[in-house]
Amino acid sequence: MTEWAYISNNLIYAAMAVFALSFVAHAFETAFAVRTPESKDATTGSKLVQTLDYKRTEKAARIATTLMALGFILLFGGVIARGISNQHVPWSNMYEFSITGALSFTGAYLAALRKYDLRWLGLFVSLAALLTLGTAITLLYRDSAPLVPALKSTWLVIHVIAAIISGGVFLFANIVAGAYLYLERLESRGGRPAWLQRVPTIEVLDQLSYRLVAFVFPLWTFSVIAGAIWAESAWGRYWGWDPKETWAFITWVAYAAYLHARVTVGWRGRRAAWLCIFAGSTFLFNYVYVNVWGTGKHTYSGL
Amino acid sequence: MSQKVEVPEIGFIALLRYGWRQLTSMRTALILLMLLGIAAIPGSLIPQRITNPIAVRDFYINSPSEARWYDRFYLFDVYGSPWFSAIYILLFISLAGCVLPRSVEHYKAMRAQPPATPRNLSRLEFHQEFATSAGALDRADAWFSKNRFRVRREGNSLSAEKGYLRETGNLLFHLSLILILVGVSFGALFGMRGEAIINVGERFINVPTTYDSLALGKLTNEKSLSPFEIKLDRFAAQYDPRTNQALDYTAWVTITENDKSEKKVLKVNKPLTFGNSRVYLQANGYSPVVTVRDLQGNVALQGPVPFLPQDGNLRSIGAIKVPDANPPVGFVGNFLPTNQRLEGQGSISIFPELLDPKLLFSIWKGDMGLDSGVPQSVYRLDTQTLEKIGLGSVKPGETYTYPEGSITLETVVPWVNLQIVKDPGKNYALLGGIVAVLGLLSSLYGRRRRIWIRETSTGVEVAGLSKNDAPGLETEIDNFIQAVKEGK
Repeated sequence: MTEWAYISNNLIYAAMAVFALSFVAHAFETAFAVRTPESKDATTGSKLVQTLDYKRTEKAARIATTLMALGFILLFGGVIARGISNQHVPWSNMYEFSITGALSFTGAYLAALRKYDLRWLGLFVSLAALLTLGTAITLLYRDSAPLVPALKSTWLVIHVIAAIISGGVFLFANIVAGAYLYLERLESRGGRPAWLQRVPTIEVLDQLSYRLVAFVFPLWTFSVIAGAIWAESAWGRYWGWDPKETWAFITWVAYAAYLHARVTVGWRGRRAAWLCIFAGSTFLFNYVYVNVWGTGKHTYSGL
Repeated sequence: MSQKVEVPEIGFIALLRYGWRQLTSMRTALILLMLLGIAAIPGSLIPQRITNPIAVRDFYINSPSEARWYDRFYLFDVYGSPWFSAIYILLFISLAGCVLPRSVEHYKAMRAQPPATPRNLSRLEFHQEFATSAGALDRADAWFSKNRFRVRREGNSLSAEKGYLRETGNLLFHLSLILILVGVSFGALFGMRGEAIINVGERFINVPTTYDSLALGKLTNEKSLSPFEIKLDRFAAQYDPRTNQALDYTAWVTITENDKSEKKVLKVNKPLTFGNSRVYLQANGYSPVVTVRDLQGNVALQGPVPFLPQDGNLRSIGAIKVPDANPPVGFVGNFLPTNQRLEGQGSISIFPELLDPKLLFSIWKGDMGLDSGVPQSVYRLDTQTLEKIGLGSVKPGETYTYPEGSITLETVVPWVNLQIVKDPGKNYALLGGIVAVLGLLSSLYGRRRRIWIRETSTGVEVAGLSKNDAPGLETEIDNFIQAVKEGK
């Protein structure tokens, strides 16, 4: 059992190293694709307009993506090894939740890459994977341990998977809304720098953050209901205003308000983006606060 | 749902109508929704009586005046407070006032025919005109019915609509929220919840006197307890020898209901079900089985005494009260399932199983006030008025003799804490939850759209309209046109 935990840790360290290299390759690609013209262009007046030329950095982009895929494979091995050492699904505490979360968002990025050219996102995805794993292994690490009796239930698989996916999509929607706010400000002050030209238009980002939330809101609702069903069989009540439950409810209410604001009141742009970010932060707060400082029935095995 | 706010006429009815319109407006509903979320926050930051009564008690001890102020605003009972209730009751009235009329409207719309074909199709989305052979409208009609559109035929045109499920889902979702609230209230009013500690070998009978604590809903009484019995045959706990963490709890029970007995297994995630009532395995501990004799050797007390666990290794405290001894005696006990003596720390338990059990106690003499009517904890002995007469320890099978008598630790049996919950509303809440998810799915993923086709002098013209900007209509119209053309 402990041997598998040891293997898991090493694989995760290896994955982190590879994600770091991938990040460097992505940064290299972004930086060297930017071209500054030799002389002033008559058509644009006095300003030097930088352009992007990705043909020059195609090789770097391929290396970056290959490294990302390699990191994913190593991380996948690490998560599986953790599951074997535990003999249960690898998301019973915050450490395991984090590594599985990192695995799912890098996986989602690689899957989406097969269909869309999202390589501009690679810089952020590799950085996010690196930060998530780094925090997990330094601050949140707990020895591999068997499940306490209350967690022994098929609902652990269903409820937590639904929560991981919804949380990942909510946070992604938050990043998109944040990107919207940042780019909107840049554009109102003159324009985007060259390295951000591959990022879609702000209209697309505005739509995208809404679509993501609308897509995943039913899953979040399901996750809360699945949690209630589990709570009914484990604790004898389906709803008890436990801190985790309360914050899940607050997140649900905040996103419900966001959807209403968009669909029925017609909010768009900046106001909608802020509301989206507010709702997403209630999820993040729930994840961090209740696990680390909170009390209640959702605190298992340390973290 | 009203969009414009009318200036109210003077008069009571008008005022009521004005208030009703304000309450059921979308804006009010949104504000109430946000308020509900914000109002839920203090309950997660301040300890609540329903989830953590001990923390509330500590709060009272540490800062009593502050605690009294908190209590004035129901901050220890946020989710049952008048202000929290006011928000959700207003929200649900607003919701009902908005959704019910809309449901009626939607029901009518579903039974009505799609709106007539607009006169000028070229102004609409995806407009196309093309030549085709005769019978185009029939082919179009066939395609519409195959794809389950609702069709209105009028002269030389067809008007077809699909995607009512979006609004149906939307309304069902909101109605299901009302159902969940009804389920929750029903459970609170007609339900009950109680706990009882049962030693291995003992029997739990579902009558009020067997309970250690019992809370009944406002509109129910003790007569509504379902008649059943549970005998605890055996209990086993498994622990990880490396971390001492609990791995598994299993209770083997014999249940009796309607004169029929049956053997069952009760586990943490697998409660027993008796109609609306369920029995949960909540906690466990040890009961030393003791015999206390007086100087003449008469047995003054014999049987298991539940002790309360204090840590992960089940070091437990308890009180053995023997009012019938002469003189009355009491024991303040400390039970260690796997006893180990540490230098400087005294005795502790190093493992939760009964590997080397030991009962340590101090003995007290005097009137324990058990007949005074003042309720006291069964796990604690108030020693203020008592006289200490000894200090001792026993292992199973051993007897300790003190000047006024003796105590024998016969054996140790486990106890379990059963939680018995009756919630007649939970199935409504569950149904509400399921309908809510299904309703959400169809309201968020459903697409309402219209397609029109009209015969012209040269062929046909086609156009469409997608509500809520949902994508996909263009491909659908392409398929439609393909089907209409193929007949030539």
